[in-house]
Amino acid sequence: MKTSRTIRQGLIAGALLVAGSLAVWAAPGDTNARQLIAQFSAQAGSTASAARGKALFTGRHTGGKPDTPSCTTCHTANLKGPGKTRAGKVIEPMAPSVNPNRFTDSAKVAKWFRRNCNSVLGRECTAGEKADILAWLSSI
Amino acid sequence: MNRMLKNVAMVLPVAMLSLAGPLRADARIPVVSDELTKTECSACHMAFQPAFLPARSWKTIMATLDNHFGEDASLDEATRAAIEDYLVANAADAPGSRTSWMLRGVGEYDVILRISEMPWWVREHRGEVSQRSWNRAGSKSNCTACHRGAERGYFDDD
Repeated sequence: MKTSRTIRQGLIAGALLVAGSLAVWAAPGDTNARQLIAQFSAQAGSTASAARGKALFTGRHTGGKPDTPSCTTCHTANLKGPGKTRAGKVIEPMAPSVNPNRFTDSAKVAKWFRRNCNSVLGRECTAGEKADILAWLSSI
Repeated sequence: MNRMLKNVAMVLPVAMLSLAGPLRADARIPVVSDELTKTECSACHMAFQPAFLPARSWKTIMATLDNHFGEDASLDEATRAAIEDYLVANAADAPGSRTSWMLRGVGEYDVILRISEMPWWVREHRGEVSQRSWNRAGSKSNCTACHRGAERGYFDDD
């Protein structure tokens, strides 16, 4: 039995629609945590340490701005749950294990490292520190 | 003479209403219509509509993003400039603005950076909000805590 042209066209359109939807749903960025950790580690010339990352992220720092002494000030100590900005807006969880979109956009990662390291530490994070932080967040 | 007085008596109240500023019951603040501004300025708080502040306030805010109310909110220069252009073009004192009434009580050389410090805002909220509500909102910049339609420009639903 010959499939009619209409049915065939419908099947092709349907297949394209599904494929297209999957592509959008998968939300492909330009990177991921593993790639970023590798890049930052290579830049730093050292291996990433989740333990160091945890200490840095959860620690209290004095070199930055007074309202943000720690990354946990906004992200809280539970990185699998939501955080909250000082203005009251919800921040999606940082842990990629619960929020797979995290660390998939290199420009976004760069922007927030730049801003937040300056707010909390009063300086840029080193490549090693970025690797450590991402390693820790990826391990949660 | 009597007829003239009667006519004036009918027309006067309506005429006076037009001086009272916008009819607050259905006043709507023009929404943030620029996608870049909306995206970049809503990461930490609602994207405040440019109509809320005069251009000089927006310019100062956009020139000091590395210390934005206590945090680093810096942007790359191209993005920063584009957003500033949009905010200034749609500010309370921009040509065609429908919110110039918000500038009443603001000195010509005053540069108020917090919408919540604008005289109309202070007046509007004075005596209206219980301490419990303030505590629940957490911050005066948290409009949506009480104004559910804030991002769509509606503030009379509280």
